[in-house]
Amino acid sequence: MPKDGGIGASSKRREDVRFLTGRGRYTDDININNQTYVHFLRSDVAHATIKGIDTSSADAMPGVVRIFTGADFEGIGSIPCGWQVTDRHGEPMQEPAHPVLAQGKVRHVGDPICAVVAESLEQARDAAEAIELDLEELPAVVDMKAAVADGSTKVHDDLTSNLCYDWGFVEENREAVDEAIKSAAHVTTLELVNNRLVANPMEPRVAVGDWNAGTDDYTLYTTSQNPHVIRLLMGAFVLGIPEHKLRVVAPDVGGGFGTKIFHYAEEAFCTFAAKQVGRPVKWTSSRSEAFMSDAHGRDHVTKIELALDADNNFTALRTETYANMGAYLSTFAPSIPTWLHGTLMAGNYKTPLIYVNVKAVFTNTVPVDAYRGAGRPEATFQLERVVDKAARELGVDPIELRRQNFITEFPYATPVAVEYDTGDYHATMDKLAEIGDLSGFEARLEESKKRGKLRGLGVNCYIEACGIAPSNLVGQLGARAGLYESATVRVNATGSISVMTGSHSHGQGHETAFPQVIAEMIGIDESQIEIVHGDTATSPMGMGTYGSRSLAVGGSAMVRAAEKVINKAKKIASHLLEASEADIELKDGQFTVAGTDKSVAWGDVTLAAYVPHNYPLEEIEPGLEETAFYDPNNFTYPSGAYCCEVEVDPDTGKVTIESFAAADDFGNIVNPMIVSGQVHGGLAQGIGQALLENCSYDENGQILSASYMDYAMPRADDVPFYEVDHSCQTPCTHNPLGVKGCGEAGAIGSPPAVVNAVVDALQRAGKDVTHIDMPLTPGKVWAAMNG
Amino acid sequence: MYAFEFERPTTVDDAVKALASEDAQALGGGQTLIPTLKQRLAAPETLVSLGGIAEMKGVCIGDSGEVCIGGATSHATVAAEAGQYPALAELAAHIGDPAVRNRGTIGGSLANNDPSACYPAAALGSNATIITNKRDIAADDYFQGMFTTALEEGEIITEVRFPVPEKANYQKFVQPASRFALVGVFVAKYSDGVRVAVTGASEEGVHRWSEAEEALSADFSADAISGLSVPADGLIGDLHGTPEYRAHLVKVMTGRAVTASA
Repeated sequence: MPKDGGIGASSKRREDVRFLTGRGRYTDDININNQTYVHFLRSDVAHATIKGIDTSSADAMPGVVRIFTGADFEGIGSIPCGWQVTDRHGEPMQEPAHPVLAQGKVRHVGDPICAVVAESLEQARDAAEAIELDLEELPAVVDMKAAVADGSTKVHDDLTSNLCYDWGFVEENREAVDEAIKSAAHVTTLELVNNRLVANPMEPRVAVGDWNAGTDDYTLYTTSQNPHVIRLLMGAFVLGIPEHKLRVVAPDVGGGFGTKIFHYAEEAFCTFAAKQVGRPVKWTSSRSEAFMSDAHGRDHVTKIELALDADNNFTALRTETYANMGAYLSTFAPSIPTWLHGTLMAGNYKTPLIYVNVKAVFTNTVPVDAYRGAGRPEATFQLERVVDKAARELGVDPIELRRQNFITEFPYATPVAVEYDTGDYHATMDKLAEIGDLSGFEARLEESKKRGKLRGLGVNCYIEACGIAPSNLVGQLGARAGLYESATVRVNATGSISVMTGSHSHGQGHETAFPQVIAEMIGIDESQIEIVHGDTATSPMGMGTYGSRSLAVGGSAMVRAAEKVINKAKKIASHLLEASEADIELKDGQFTVAGTDKSVAWGDVTLAAYVPHNYPLEEIEPGLEETAFYDPNNFTYPSGAYCCEVEVDPDTGKVTIESFAAADDFGNIVNPMIVSGQVHGGLAQGIGQALLENCSYDENGQILSASYMDYAMPRADDVPFYEVDHSCQTPCTHNPLGVKGCGEAGAIGSPPAVVNAVVDALQRAGKDVTHIDMPLTPGKVWAAMNG
Repeated sequence: MYAFEFERPTTVDDAVKALASEDAQALGGGQTLIPTLKQRLAAPETLVSLGGIAEMKGVCIGDSGEVCIGGATSHATVAAEAGQYPALAELAAHIGDPAVRNRGTIGGSLANNDPSACYPAAALGSNATIITNKRDIAADDYFQGMFTTALEEGEIITEVRFPVPEKANYQKFVQPASRFALVGVFVAKYSDGVRVAVTGASEEGVHRWSEAEEALSADFSADAISGLSVPADGLIGDLHGTPEYRAHLVKVMTGRAVTASA
């Protein structure tokens, strides 16, 4: 019987009513009296010295309030980076300055040079066209390997080179891994590209800065996944505004996928300029601007080698990656190819020796940072591709090769520094075989052949590290922030509850799922519980939503706060019932004295807390509100097995996804419907990466796919009906809900399944194709088929 | 978008007059022009909407049985009402998305002559007659290269007349992002021969594939073109396909169009 409420129920997403009926309140819906509009004049070249900026004509244009340039930001802080990576030699990464508006040089197409504040957006755009720029073009640094070659033009003149860091992990294993590869019975090598992506949330970024002349308080409304982080980074490091004078509000946010984690120059600009011009300043990104100013994702060039012994046991893994940082270090950029990538290279396998080398490189491109999965898709893709290639080289079944090398005992300490608490990889693979009907593949293959199509089956596993993250650990790894989460559970006098959480919902369904947990704990209806998030003025300091962390970390904080509330409520109930606190039980919204029929309702206890007439005031305070901060003591490790069946049209190279099945282990599940929806969305984005999406630059640093005319987003008819299952559950051992997180899994696990399937189809057709780089466009597949 | 004057005449004559003013620009369904204006890539003084001219709308059958479509007729209307020419109705039903089909017009598409648009292939493949406020232009004379046509300044496409073939079919292989034709081929078999028009492939815009026409006129079957090959010279090479790939697709799509012709 499906539950109709509480943990495990597929409660319908209450927030969808307003989202789907046009009643959401997004940042662009916020308009403040006397507001001005800013238009950023952005560089249309990738790399140039700014020789001069003449705004004299533009200043006189109708409606212009003020035009800002980089000179207005001298003495103002640099947009900070939140993570410092230490390189192989113990040296800190190279960390360039990132001014709010370009100073001296422009470093990528889209780099903001001037900001025109005007009475209307059209007037701001008109004036921007009247600004005379004198840019002296420099050679563009685009290709990563060329960027770190001797004599390359430097993106940042004050750095020693374009190499941000050369990271080795685990450096002590380097020689042992080299030796193991040398002496292996078989080594499979694969060179591949993990294509650059643009996140493309449905809602573009928006920022509205407001300054109160009477109080000297600032408010920034922004499309953010973590308003407290923006307040800290922007207030403390860029503008020097103390937190008590700065409020950051992220109201309804229409999708983030990572790209709205980061602190962006436009946010700092609107906040800064609001005081400078004495009026609110609003910026709304156009889709065209988003392509050249939202942080991009992925963009790795990798060589991976997998060593096996004569019995096909994995003995060592070595991987070398060039990771594109773009022109500046975005907030979490340095951590993505290192701690969110290298630490996952063991995957689901007991490979004893692993060495990961990552060279992070500055180029004249848009900064690259986390995008759904963030490092883990890159790790999974290369690992699952090389395992698949190895199986094909050795003539063994790809599933059996995986099973043979699965980790089966937990906890398991990998050679790349993380400890998996739980998992059952055979169970998810068994479940996959069932829901993907793997035994029926041969029949479907024959059916496809009859229609002249090449069918292929791709299977892979994945593991990810979610529930980010233990603060003391990430601190050692270079994080400049803690990664706990917070919650305040505020019980109102009549028993309804407001939960103020530091997590932020921008499509995940927190407003539905979080109340299910509280409802389960207290035994009241979900409708009595409201989730409040997205405003530094209402929520305790929280770190926000990314890395599939909200329920695992934010939910845990909420559980801890609710436990405190319940403990206090029990004290009050024991007073009202004239019984020992130890005998009070809470069930179905009633406090009962164990073994008796004496009880008092939740609402009577909460009323007593706020109307404390009959109340032990000498022992406990009135009121019923508790806050908890939860810091996890490990990551969580969701895992799963995915399979994809494709058909390739031999005449055109077009790939169609015929079926896709995902068997995931997310530990305990609060709302199965929301989990399925999260997996569906992740799969669509992973299939998008595998078949369609690509942010392509030419050698001059111009973006070739800077609009939907050339950047292919997956549409409904590009993806199949999915078979998803999350009945394999090995609960997380270290958080109170036993949950692992599900937001990124689909995007992490699906690209290798698609590519494995296409390679399988082509090899079955006798083609000598071992790899095709994503996206697998018809033209690329056709070229691969035809040599 | 820059500021502009807006006029919405109700007769062709008034539209012609309005278009005579300096830097006036005709507006069909606006599915190309409006995004262009939003990007500030065009700055007309006056936009003259052709959407209010009743005489330029609708589908009817001409005296010789040809399908006659008013220049301001939307793709959705053609899809619904040009059943006398099923291949044409089918082509119209698959242009763009519902918004494009409900707003975009045949006259707008032919006047713009995007090298990847669908309608130019139908018009050239059918040797349609482009009727303007001034003259009748045979499709063979009308298309003059990428975004270039025989239209003169201020000239308006009032109607397009399609002779109905015995058999015809349009095969579009879509560019995955824009879903314009990466390569589209329109094949039409008339009593006096076969016409093959190719869109999406060439740097010169829509064009005929004369070798295939000859072969198919002799033998209207996919096998008839199996020995032919399309040179890649002059074909478009971009993110989505090399010239060689497009050349290959021209042949594949032509064969499929012949097979699917009804």
